[in-house]
Amino acid sequence: MSASSTRVTIVEKILGANDQIAAINRALLDKHQILSVNLMASPGAGKTSFILTTIQSVARDYRVGVVEGDTAAVTIDADKITAVGMPAVQINTGGDCHLDAVMLKDGLSQLPLADIDLLVVENVGNLVCPAAFNLGTHLNILIASIPEGDDKPYKYPAIYRGVDVLIINKIDLLPYVRFNMDYFRQGVEMLNPGLITFPISCTTGEGVQEWIHWLRVKVEAAREA
Amino acid sequence: MHELAVTESILNIAVKHAQQAEAVRVTDLYLVIGRLASLVDDSIQFYWDIISSETVCQGATLHFKRIPATLLCLDCQQEYTLDDELSPCPNCASSKVKVTSGDQFWLDSIEIQK
Repeated sequence: MSASSTRVTIVEKILGANDQIAAINRALLDKHQILSVNLMASPGAGKTSFILTTIQSVARDYRVGVVEGDTAAVTIDADKITAVGMPAVQINTGGDCHLDAVMLKDGLSQLPLADIDLLVVENVGNLVCPAAFNLGTHLNILIASIPEGDDKPYKYPAIYRGVDVLIINKIDLLPYVRFNMDYFRQGVEMLNPGLITFPISCTTGEGVQEWIHWLRVKVEAAREA
Repeated sequence: MHELAVTESILNIAVKHAQQAEAVRVTDLYLVIGRLASLVDDSIQFYWDIISSETVCQGATLHFKRIPATLLCLDCQQEYTLDDELSPCPNCASSKVKVTSGDQFWLDSIEIQK
């Protein structure tokens, strides 16, 4: 090795820059007294249906803003939100597998924050990458769905570890799909003991009221903060 | 899958510190990655070779140090290391466990030439 070689100690978190922007996002959301949630799930778990169900349940009392993260320039999801009269902005990640704090910052700049009580960020459908990127939102929510199978906590531990709320969607399909709820829940418990969990069906409406009741308490707390 | 974004961050941090140290060349980077961090060494290396070219880090070698995931049993206080699949406490079989490390990843140090 060269005699002039020097070791420089760094010890810097690799995504530290992202975390700094996330803190800016959080401060902006707090300033506007908005409760913000980062919704993560695999493709097809029912993220958009869950958002629409939630909007339908709270639309009389709250304004809901939505940031839609997609890997392609398709506005299918954002169009469904604007169709029910709520502000939505589409972020095309350009093929990236996740949203990061910079993308959310850009999305927030396009929304009427003063008129929003609840912000829902629909992350890219993926159980690996979104877990690594803090957005600055208040709550990380994961939607698992029955047809995905009961082994997902074991296969995607990082995402189960970092969430504040777990939604188990499509429970109306339990009679038709092999899904061992005890095995699933044991995996979740190991990664995230005591995780707040709502088993629901956006199709039948089962369990939705419990979720909405919990959410309302959180939105009210943010408004009074 | 998010290795490109991660590799870009690694490059940014290394270049910043190399400039501060007035380095003419970075020869080695020492990375520490937890087992639960969902990052693939080969994939980082692949992107690294492309994006580090024509920077002060061109040709630098990446060294990966993998640190194991450690868990603490909340029932019997047994601490244990995870090798493969997520598993309950080997001592009392409880599922009430807490992950105490294994999801971190950071750039520990760089080797530079002045």
